Amino acid sequence: MFLTKQHEMIRKLIRDFAEKELSSEILDEVEETGEFPKEIINKMAKLGFFGVKIPKKQGGSGADTRSYVLMIEEITKASGVASLYANSPNSLGGGPLLLSGNDEQIEKYLKPLINGDIVIAFGLTEPDAGSDAGSMTSTAVEDGDYYILNGRKTFITMAPMADYSIIYAKTTPEKRAKGITAFIVDMNLPGVSCGKNENKMGLKGCPTSDIILQDVRIHKKNILGEVDRGFINAMKTLDTGRIGVASQSIGLAQGALDEAIKFAKERKQFGKSISKFQGISFMLADMATKLEAAKNLTYKAAYLIDTGQNASKYASMAKYYAAEICNEICAKAIQIHGGYGYMKEYKVERMYRDARVFTIYEGTSQVQQMVIAGHLLK
Amino acid sequence: MKIIVCAKQVPDTNEVKIDPVKGTLIRDGVPSILNPDDANALEAALSLKDKNQEVNVAVLTMGPPQAKEMLRECLAMGADKAYLLSDRAFGGADTWATSTTIAAGIAKIGGADIIIAGRQAIDGDTAQVGPQVAQRLDIPVVTYVQDIEIKENNAVVKRQLEDGYELIKVKLPCLLTAVKELNTPRYMTISGIVDSYEKEITVWNHKDINLDPKDCGLNASPTQVFKSFTPPKKGKGKIFKGLPADITSKLLAELKENHLI
Repeated sequence: MFLTKQHEMIRKLIRDFAEKELSSEILDEVEETGEFPKEIINKMAKLGFFGVKIPKKQGGSGADTRSYVLMIEEITKASGVASLYANSPNSLGGGPLLLSGNDEQIEKYLKPLINGDIVIAFGLTEPDAGSDAGSMTSTAVEDGDYYILNGRKTFITMAPMADYSIIYAKTTPEKRAKGITAFIVDMNLPGVSCGKNENKMGLKGCPTSDIILQDVRIHKKNILGEVDRGFINAMKTLDTGRIGVASQSIGLAQGALDEAIKFAKERKQFGKSISKFQGISFMLADMATKLEAAKNLTYKAAYLIDTGQNASKYASMAKYYAAEICNEICAKAIQIHGGYGYMKEYKVERMYRDARVFTIYEGTSQVQQMVIAGHLLK
Repeated sequence: MKIIVCAKQVPDTNEVKIDPVKGTLIRDGVPSILNPDDANALEAALSLKDKNQEVNVAVLTMGPPQAKEMLRECLAMGADKAYLLSDRAFGGADTWATSTTIAAGIAKIGGADIIIAGRQAIDGDTAQVGPQVAQRLDIPVVTYVQDIEIKENNAVVKRQLEDGYELIKVKLPCLLTAVKELNTPRYMTISGIVDSYEKEITVWNHKDINLDPKDCGLNASPTQVFKSFTPPKKGKGKIFKGLPADITSKLLAELKENHLI
C-alpha cells in the first residue's frame, strides 16, 4: 500500500546483502569478541547505506524515508548491532548536520560520514538528563572566538570510535531548553575523553561510553546552526530517529518470528510437530498479526514524511507500538523454543537481549505515549 | 568502447516446481531473477568500465514486459542503457529463434565491440544462444570465459576447460560467454536504484528490429519442448558400516530378503 516497486528493489538489495554478509558465523564472533568487522561497515558505506535518504547534493543516495525504513528493517532482521552501524549516519550522526549544517560543515563532516571515512556520535543524554534533555548541565561559555565546554554526556553510542561528536551544551542556562547550542566537537581535542566501555545487555559489537568534556575550546565556526537553537535541532533529529527504531523493531521481530516458525515446524513433542498444538500456533498467529500492524504503522509514518505531511504522532505511534510488540514477539519466540531458546546457540536468545533497548532509547515508550497523548489532547 | 551484455530473466530454480500433469513449469509465486551467469557477464562488462570510463555498457534481453524489472536491476548495478525486445510474436522461441531476435536487436543498437553473454540460463541449460548470436552476426565467439583482458583491438581470454584453461587471443568485435568463475557480481547500490528509475528502458517489437513474424517466436522454432518432468525420487541409500566381512554378509542378507538377488 505504501511501498512501490522501487522500494521492493531496495529491500531485495539489502536482503541479499544481509544474507551474504551477515552470516551466523560472523555474528557469533561479533557476539563473542565485541568487535564488528570493519570490512562490512566499509561495504555498507560503499553501497550507499549511510546516506539513504540524504539528498544527492549533500552526498547521499537520494532515496526516501521508506527506503531508509526498509534498509534498517532488513539489516536488523539479520543483526541488531549491524543496524546500529547502518542507522547512525542516517539518523543521529548525520541528522543534526543535515538539519543545521552550513555548506562548509556539510562538505567537511556530512559527506565523509556518508562515505564511511569518519564516525560522528550524538551527545545529548547526561547522567541526570535522559527523557528530560532540557535539564542538562553541560555548559559552553563564550571566550573570544571560542566557547569553553564542560560537562559529561552518557550512554553515547559509538563514542569510543567517534572522530567527532555533536555535543549539546547550555550557552544561556537561565533559558533552560531555549538556551542550548549544538557544537561539532573533534574527539581528539585536549579535554575530550571517553568513559569506560559500557557492558551492555545486548547489541554487542558497538561500543557505548560517556564523553567527558573538561575545558574544551571549540571555535565558533564549529557551532552547528544558531546559538541557543540547539534543542530544536536535537528534538528534530530524534523525530527521525523514532522511525529508525520502529524500523529496527519490525526487522528484529520478523527475524524472531521466522526463527519461531522454523523451530515450531521442526520440534516434535508428544509424537507430533509442536506447530500442530493450538497453544503454539495461536501464539504464532498473534505474533504475525501484531507485526503486520506495526509494519503498516511504520510504513505509514515514513510515507507521511515522504509526502511532506506531519508525521510526529505516527512516528511516535510506530516507535511505541513496534518496540513493544518486538519485545513481546522475541519473548514468545523464546517460549516456543523452550529450553533451547534460553541457550546462546539459538538466535532468539540474542534477539531477545537486542530488542530490550528498543522501548528505551531515543525516547522511552512512556515518552512516546506523552507525545501521542499531547497530539490527541491539544 | 561499446559492450552489449545479453541477459535473461529466469525463474529462481531453487523455488521452481514442475506440474506433474501438464508437464510445464509452475511459475506462479516463483520470484524471477537475473540469470546467474548473465550477472557474471554484466560484472565483466562493468569491471572494464571501472578501468575505462569511455566504456559504455548496454544490457539487452528478450522477454515479456516484466523483464523490465531485471533490466532495472542491471541499471542499478551500473549499466548505462537497457533494451527489451518484447512482442507476442517472440513468444515460444527456441534457441534458434531467440538468437535470430537477439542478433537483430544487437544490429539495431548498432553492434558492439564486445558482446558478453552468460554461459547458459538456469531454466534451459542449453548454452546455445550465445554462440548462435555470434554466428548470426558473423563474429568470433569464445565460450566458458573465466578471465578477460583487452589489449588494443583484441581480447585475451582464458577459456575454461575441465582440467585447465586455454589462453585465446580473439579479434574485436567478438562474443564471449561467461562462467561463474569469471568474477563475483557486484551488488546494486541505493543511488543506482534511485537512478535506474530515472533512466528509460527502450522497448522494441518485431517491426522495430526489422524482423518478419515468421522468422521469430514459435513460428521459427525447429525444436519444441514435448514434456517437462521431474524424475521420480529414488529412495534413500543405505550405508552399512563395520568390518568388510561383516557388512558384506549383512548386504547379501538384505538383498536376498528383498528378493533382489
